[in-house]
Amino acid sequence: MELDPRGQRFAAVLTSAVLVAVLVTGAGWLALAQAAVFAVTALDPQRGPYPLIFRLLVLPRIGPPAEREPAAPVRFAQVVGFAFLAVSAAGYLSGVVAVGVTFAAMGLFAAFLNAAFGFCLGCETYLAARRLTARRL
Amino acid sequence: MTTGLLVVVAVLLLGGAVGLWRRGTDGRLRPVAAPPPGSGGRGAGEADVTAGAGEGVVESGAGAEAPEAQPGERIDAALLASLGVVPAPATLLQFSTAFCAPCRAVRRVCTDVAAMLPGVRHVEVDAESHLDEVRALGIWRTPTLLVLDADGRVVKRATGVPGKPHLIAAVADLLSPSR
Repeated sequence: MELDPRGQRFAAVLTSAVLVAVLVTGAGWLALAQAAVFAVTALDPQRGPYPLIFRLLVLPRIGPPAEREPAAPVRFAQVVGFAFLAVSAAGYLSGVVAVGVTFAAMGLFAAFLNAAFGFCLGCETYLAARRLTARRL
Repeated sequence: MTTGLLVVVAVLLLGGAVGLWRRGTDGRLRPVAAPPPGSGGRGAGEADVTAGAGEGVVESGAGAEAPEAQPGERIDAALLASLGVVPAPATLLQFSTAFCAPCRAVRRVCTDVAAMLPGVRHVEVDAESHLDEVRALGIWRTPTLLVLDADGRVVKRATGVPGKPHLIAAVADLLSPSR
């Protein structure tokens, strides 16, 4: 499966906007909704809510992509995003606001880097995480 | 609520700074100083750089202090062999992972350069299945590209996607008869 990279940038922009709203309003349900969006997109990157919006509203105006990119990095990033936002939502909804803010802020950092610079933080730190966690033989 | 707003501003400023810094350094082929040409040895200051490299797999204590490939260091032949590198006038040794979108762009640049210039070999390694070598070479991010000379010394190193002209220039230095 291959994806339109512009769709990922678009999704990252929407994600950033939602996370800004989460941080400004402190709405735990919104963090939970974003976590759900990440989960659905990780399961099927083509049927995620943001990619659907992209295909309905943006793609018809800008035409087919010049090139596509593999789906594995995108799915991995969505899984990482889901983990962060799940913790954030749990923090907000259980009243531990500091946890909610911290994890939403880290999610915003990654989403903003992707939206503004096309830079996938989760993908890049993957090898570092593997280096640190994998057993040394 | 104001706390959240402050956090948003802080994160966006930090993200902007990190993004701009990364845009400036990404893909730059950093020279890894080679020993004086023709000397067949190393500069005095680096006399024992390779001495401790040992059996190819250099273990590091605390991850953070992984011994990076030192300037002009000759990578252990056994380590190179385990990565599938065979002797060539110039080798483009690329480290990739499955979760790495820019790795594909690096692959394209490298295969182009290898096809264009005889004597250049491109080797792409799945970093995840060679974690010991990845630690030994101090690689933390993908894509990382090492440009090796015929003796297995790291001449240039880039993280991110290098520009094709820059890569050609770097490799041309290795292929020129003056060396």
